[in-house]
Amino acid sequence: MGKPMSNSEPNSAELKKYAAKLRGQVITLSHQAKTAHLGSSLSCADIVAAAYWHVLNIDPSNPSDPDRDRFILSKGHAATTLYAILAARGFFPEELLDTYTKDGGKLAEHPPANGLPGVEAATGSLGHGLPIGAGMALSAKMRDQTYRVYCLLSDGECNEGSVWEAAMFSAAQKLDNLCVIVDYNKWQATARSNETLALAPLREKWQAFGWDAYEVDGHDVADLAKRMAVMPNGSGKPVAFIAHTVKGKGVSFMEDDNNWHYRAPTAEELHAAFVELGLK
Amino acid sequence: MRNAFADELTKLGDADDRVVMLSGDIGNRLFDKFKDAHPKRFFNCGVAEANMIGVGAGMAMSGFRPVAYTITPFVTTRCLEQIRVDVCYHNVPVTIVAVGAGLAYAGLGPTHHACEDISLLRSLPNMSVVCPGDAWEVRAALRAALKQDGPVYIRMGKKGEPVVHSEIPADFQIGRALTVREGTDAVLLSTGNMLPETLIAADLLAEKGISSAVISFHTVKPLDEACLKAAFAKYKLVATVEEHSLIGGFGAAVAEWLADNHMPTAKLERFATPDDFFRKSGEQEYAREQLGLSAHQIADRISSKLTS
Repeated sequence: MGKPMSNSEPNSAELKKYAAKLRGQVITLSHQAKTAHLGSSLSCADIVAAAYWHVLNIDPSNPSDPDRDRFILSKGHAATTLYAILAARGFFPEELLDTYTKDGGKLAEHPPANGLPGVEAATGSLGHGLPIGAGMALSAKMRDQTYRVYCLLSDGECNEGSVWEAAMFSAAQKLDNLCVIVDYNKWQATARSNETLALAPLREKWQAFGWDAYEVDGHDVADLAKRMAVMPNGSGKPVAFIAHTVKGKGVSFMEDDNNWHYRAPTAEELHAAFVELGLK
Repeated sequence: MRNAFADELTKLGDADDRVVMLSGDIGNRLFDKFKDAHPKRFFNCGVAEANMIGVGAGMAMSGFRPVAYTITPFVTTRCLEQIRVDVCYHNVPVTIVAVGAGLAYAGLGPTHHACEDISLLRSLPNMSVVCPGDAWEVRAALRAALKQDGPVYIRMGKKGEPVVHSEIPADFQIGRALTVREGTDAVLLSTGNMLPETLIAADLLAEKGISSAVISFHTVKPLDEACLKAAFAKYKLVATVEEHSLIGGFGAAVAEWLADNHMPTAKLERFATPDDFFRKSGEQEYAREQLGLSAHQIADRISSKLTS
């Protein structure tokens, strides 16, 4: 099975290169299709790169292997990050990315339930991925399977009550094979996440809900890879990583500027971004 | 219906280890036998219905056949988006079973009434909507649902309703209505827990010299179009009977079918609840009487229409 490297020490330099390439593809897709949510797609790029290049037990040539690890992009608006990593890992040809948002294509602005290889669940409406992931994790327990389930949530998504229903359920069922990563970029669509609903203290909230919860640097891709790979971690609880991130991370003029929740980059901005990412 | 459901589920769980029971913290002791037989396949999901449906979808994606159960409004309208996205969009075999549909729990007040669920669930792609007419139909519907590879909604009454069939209808199929009484003048198409009341209405009509057939139209989606075609061809009057709103329910589905087939609606008489909340206290029988759904009211309306 395609377990890339998780028993080994993460290769920091290599992971950084993968993450930079991923960011370049995400920015290109947003530029070509003029689609929104670029800032959100960039803030989670290191988490996604760590998962797909180090953590997940997956075989792109056998995407429905019953023993594969599951990764659910619960924050479905970061679809470009998922599409780009799935293509990079070989779930489908990279040329398919050119069909993103095109009429008649498979790559909609949110991950679809249309048989696209590697997409474990259709998301886009927030608060759905974690309950589905909990069902998958519980299924593994019932059949004594050892696969793990990873759910990537946004901080804004934690506004949804269903997230907390699932958090309590997962703790009650002791789903130590379930890992949540919250992309805590401090913004939601139109405002600071902590000024919208009282999100903080977020790690303590997950802990109070019965999870083994940690605050981590969401841009230290090697550290993320190392930590996320240790699942189950022996605590007997589901695990939550509150990953501190910066919206628009990797491109100076996009970082922490929430206009990039909706804006798409021009050709000049695309070029400048590639220079900053070391891709040109 | 409720006890038949729990009993049949236990048997189906014995036969198929993919069957998993998800309860929304309801049915005190109802599932004791299932729990005894299959302790690892019963989960009380708490009063958290959105999560319960999502968990069910995740289990169905992983090869299980979950059955999610609680009181009708909480397992339908409360978590409608999870049913739409997690279950129907992914087209996975989750069976949603609701207890207390329509006015079965009239006494509990409008928070517990459910006269909108058929309308909402039948508009969801991939969803089958089944409203069994008695406890035997509940067993048959559950058997059929767990054989399907997609979503099914089973809308039950409560416990202790009169039984119409004497055993599991051998020819029960989702989407195929069952004739329970022959007749020549009118046909009463009943869906769900109105079936016993509808049979009484047919008795009363017989006393007035009107011969009425009664059909248990247990599946609202997909509609049994062959049955409808035959009914409108053969009878002078076709009545739809349901404990559900006039808007979007079974009668509405039949009216849509007539419109789409460019057929006249003059023969159609719809018995359903009005576009309103039922705000008075009182049990199901009282509520039916207030809303014109008692057998004698159904019989009177049909006979006056046929003789006018």
